[in-house]
Amino acid sequence: MYFRSAWGCNLALSATIGIPQALLYYKYFPLWEGFLKGLGAEVVSSNITTKGVVNTGTSVAENELCLPVKIFFGHLIELKDKVDALFVPRVISVEQDTYTCPKFLALPDLARAIDVKLPKILDPTFNTRLGKRRFYNSIFEFGKLFTDSKYKTWRAWQSGLAAQKAYQQKLLMGIPPFEAIHGGIEEVSLTGDLRIGIAGHPYNVHDPYINLNLTKKLKKWGAQVVTEEMISPKTLEHEANKLPKRLFWSYEREVVGAAFHWLQTRSVDGIIYILSFACGQDSLIQVLLETEAKKHEGIPFMSLVIDEHSGEAGLITRVEAFIDMLRWRSLS
Amino acid sequence: MKATAPHMGRLDLVLKDIFSRTGIDFVMPPRTSAKTMQLGLRYSPEFACLPLKVTIGNFIEAIEAGADTLLMAGGVGPCRFGYYAEIQRYVLQEANYKFNMIVLEPPAVGWKLFIETLRLLAPGKSIYQIWQIIRISFRKARIMDKLEKYALKYRAYEVHRGDTTEAHKKALEIMEPAFTDMEITKASEKAFAVMEAIEKDMDKPVLRVGIVGEFYVLLEPFVNLDVEEYLGHMGVSLERSVYLTDWISPSSKNQIMGISDEEIARAAKPYLNHFVGGEGLPSVGHTIIYAKEGFDGIVHLFPFTCMPDTIAKSILPQVSRDLDIPVISFVLDEQTGKAGVLTRLEAFVDLLASRKKHRELARV
Repeated sequence: MYFRSAWGCNLALSATIGIPQALLYYKYFPLWEGFLKGLGAEVVSSNITTKGVVNTGTSVAENELCLPVKIFFGHLIELKDKVDALFVPRVISVEQDTYTCPKFLALPDLARAIDVKLPKILDPTFNTRLGKRRFYNSIFEFGKLFTDSKYKTWRAWQSGLAAQKAYQQKLLMGIPPFEAIHGGIEEVSLTGDLRIGIAGHPYNVHDPYINLNLTKKLKKWGAQVVTEEMISPKTLEHEANKLPKRLFWSYEREVVGAAFHWLQTRSVDGIIYILSFACGQDSLIQVLLETEAKKHEGIPFMSLVIDEHSGEAGLITRVEAFIDMLRWRSLS
Repeated sequence: MKATAPHMGRLDLVLKDIFSRTGIDFVMPPRTSAKTMQLGLRYSPEFACLPLKVTIGNFIEAIEAGADTLLMAGGVGPCRFGYYAEIQRYVLQEANYKFNMIVLEPPAVGWKLFIETLRLLAPGKSIYQIWQIIRISFRKARIMDKLEKYALKYRAYEVHRGDTTEAHKKALEIMEPAFTDMEITKASEKAFAVMEAIEKDMDKPVLRVGIVGEFYVLLEPFVNLDVEEYLGHMGVSLERSVYLTDWISPSSKNQIMGISDEEIARAAKPYLNHFVGGEGLPSVGHTIIYAKEGFDGIVHLFPFTCMPDTIAKSILPQVSRDLDIPVISFVLDEQTGKAGVLTRLEAFVDLLASRKKHRELARV
């Protein structure tokens, strides 16, 4: 393995690149993995979030940052000795006229600012606001790190896209992201007398450490769990457009779209909304969701605010009470 | 139509001036106070940022004072501010207040909508007349901003404590009734004469400190606990990174503050390579520019959970280390106690003063 000095020179083909299992991992891991592998790199992802990861992340991060970003730092530090470079893309926008979270816009800069020596950070920019040509230019620019052939970069990107498509198909069928990436479950049997919709950012809803194992517990208590990934993007888009002013954050449009869809079609018995403390978008989305839920009588809505101090016992008690209440309602 | 808008520094004077020209009744909400904050907190989402809570309080007080039309600015993100108006409407409707809301979306959302909204606010006026009104009002507002800039810079030199604040108040009173271009020119001369007349001791050793951070907190003295006046009285000459007209005007030149958006982005590039909404990038860029200009220190203010400035706060320690400039960040919310902030500021200023003294001794 060797690095040649400046940008514009190629990374060795055997370079190992780390992708932290946090934040946008749950959305784009197959795409990124396929792309990097197509470019000839080896891809390593960090392990599932543990208490140790949270502690290291929290100790280096600025106090006011939200828990998911702190955990992201923890994953970076976990990976740092195992890889030659870290993959921290700057995801600015994934559809026309929207942004992602401001923290994603600055993620590579935030990663460089933490007080721990990290390996080289690879930060391609993904920005669809500026049109297709500029979007692909930045991908080709990134590809130059590995290969001089534009064609090879393009093929790598296409193979990433193919993997991503297969992944989204699995999610749509109801396979959770972790299993969809690592295999395990091929078919999902939705059983249970209650159907609970879990709204929230995928990195909160699917990280068992952040949500204190909520989905597993719900299943154990005999409830079906549905998430935004199981609704087609078209429906999400359609529902989110019902807001009087278009939301300018893509991922929040999906959260709102999912919750509105469940309320509209009355396809769930109750909605649990998981939000992280200090999340800017969540603080406003909560108002939109709660107001809308009030208009749809008969579908109880609960918000769970989570931070690094959340205790499992407190959460279990509240969710148990919520489930009991739902069952009791269906009896009477 | 009885229109109203939230407070933000001297924005009330500017709006009053504009609406006296367009012929709309403007109801000024009572100045932001502890009561405003309380009203806002009662209805606001729990961990939304402070400006949302305070402006909701302003609106409630204005409605109680007889206003029926709320004016608010819009935005295109990624900062939460762009969605404030929607949330305010949801929250106030939920609280059973009756009102209309007019949201002035920036031209980036669509020129047509922008001009239609302006027409709504200036009934019966042609586009040319509206443009004239905005031009003349902005001219007046820029002069008021310059007076403020003067006060921030020279308060540290005043011989009699409180003179600058007094003179600044008087200067604004002179400016307020000026209506035509001629009157504004005359009033401006008179106002600056009042400021110049303050007795100053220019040989006094003063510290030069830059104030950076989120615009609302910087512009609204109630929210920033009046730290500017406090610092001035402690012998600190201030340079602020945001002025009202720079913030409202669509130009990227920042006439009053004097550093263009491009320069800010260029300066910040090694540390923060993309804008992140709000004042995230400017906070980092200004700190770097001020450090290079030889300032003694930086005070960074922002509301709790503000996304862009939380990013800035994460990056500023690195800037501070690399460029050898002390930076202190204050996170403000409804729980912030004035005494705590002032104590920490005092310690910071002491540190800056002793640092400066040691460096000067070392140089001799």
